[in-house]
Amino acid sequence: MNAPLYEAGAFGETGALLFALGLGVVFGWFLERGGLGNANKLAGQFYLTDMTVFKVMFSAIVTTLLGVYWLSKLGWLDLPLVFLPPTYLVPQLLGGVVFGIGFVMGGLCPGTSCVSASTGKVDGLLVVLGMLCGVFAFNELFPLFEGVYRATPMGSVTIPELLGVPFGAVVFAIVAIAIAGFRAAERIEARGRA
Amino acid sequence: MSRPRREGAAAAVPAGGGAAALAAARAVDGSRVRAARAYMNPYVAGVGIGLVLLGAFVIMGRGLGASGAFSSAVAAGVSSVAPERARTLEPYAAYMGDERRGPLSDWLVLEILGVTIGGALSAWLAGRLRRGIDKGPRITDRARLTYAFGGGAIMGLGAKLARGCTSGQALTGGALLSVGSWLFILAAFAAAYAAAPLFRKEWT
Repeated sequence: MNAPLYEAGAFGETGALLFALGLGVVFGWFLERGGLGNANKLAGQFYLTDMTVFKVMFSAIVTTLLGVYWLSKLGWLDLPLVFLPPTYLVPQLLGGVVFGIGFVMGGLCPGTSCVSASTGKVDGLLVVLGMLCGVFAFNELFPLFEGVYRATPMGSVTIPELLGVPFGAVVFAIVAIAIAGFRAAERIEARGRA
Repeated sequence: MSRPRREGAAAAVPAGGGAAALAAARAVDGSRVRAARAYMNPYVAGVGIGLVLLGAFVIMGRGLGASGAFSSAVAAGVSSVAPERARTLEPYAAYMGDERRGPLSDWLVLEILGVTIGGALSAWLAGRLRRGIDKGPRITDRARLTYAFGGGAIMGLGAKLARGCTSGQALTGGALLSVGSWLFILAAFAAAYAAAPLFRKEWT
């Protein structure tokens, strides 16, 4: 049976929702184990005292990237059937900036705020509540944001497609950047400990 | 079972480890005992998350997310008090159950429920389950909680604009080399570093 299994009809709605729960549990497990349920650790990234966020995120991205690349190359994963979030240049750039400010201010992101809250942290709970209000505000004020929100759509497009280079070349480049990045992160943390 | 390691406290910790021993340690000397178990190597945790994400692609043909679950929650909340509004106003309607997006929004809600459970389970087994507030040494609890709420609200706006957050855009879209997702990651990190000086007193 080819992957994605759901698209190939391997199981139905209920199975999909059970997988969601199961995958979520493992995701939350690793987030907490890595210390990402602790706002101090997350914020430390932006004061260069704790590079955990960078290490965890980039390791995750590279792992999945390599997995996707090789599985599709071997014909075991039908990549076009995997949902690729569409690109909207301006709102994603702007949204990123806004999100980043909120991130260093709150010290947690949406996923990690749930982990933090579930482990008893009151600040985690406040981030969750804040997020709900922020989403609510966006929805209620949507006419204000609509123009920017819908601007510069590019559809689903990948970096290799945009640059006209092979997927594998970009994978290679990112792995190289990751290795350099991890080395730098270790040096930064060592300097902090010294 | 290994003995729990803790930072700072001079309390005697009963051998055996686990949450019970941690609780006893706190009671004995009254001081705060921090992590009972060291955190996992971040690279290992990252690979673990990467495999989970890969599993989502292979099994479901879609990635993970987080902010979408918040959108669903808000839509459900509004729907319970103003069903017509939730059904017709676009940002809500997109997350209402009977739309084409329906199955997708339920999926994210269950995933986030799982994240919450997984996080609590991990913390419980590591002896890290305790009520508290994570913050820097120079800031009051109230100020920290205010920043937490404000930061959350701002992230809510940012995630809506960008159609995702660190889970849905940075991890999922990033692993698929989506242009917009990488723009989001770079912009978010750059902005966080740029804004960090404003919040020094909160964290350092």
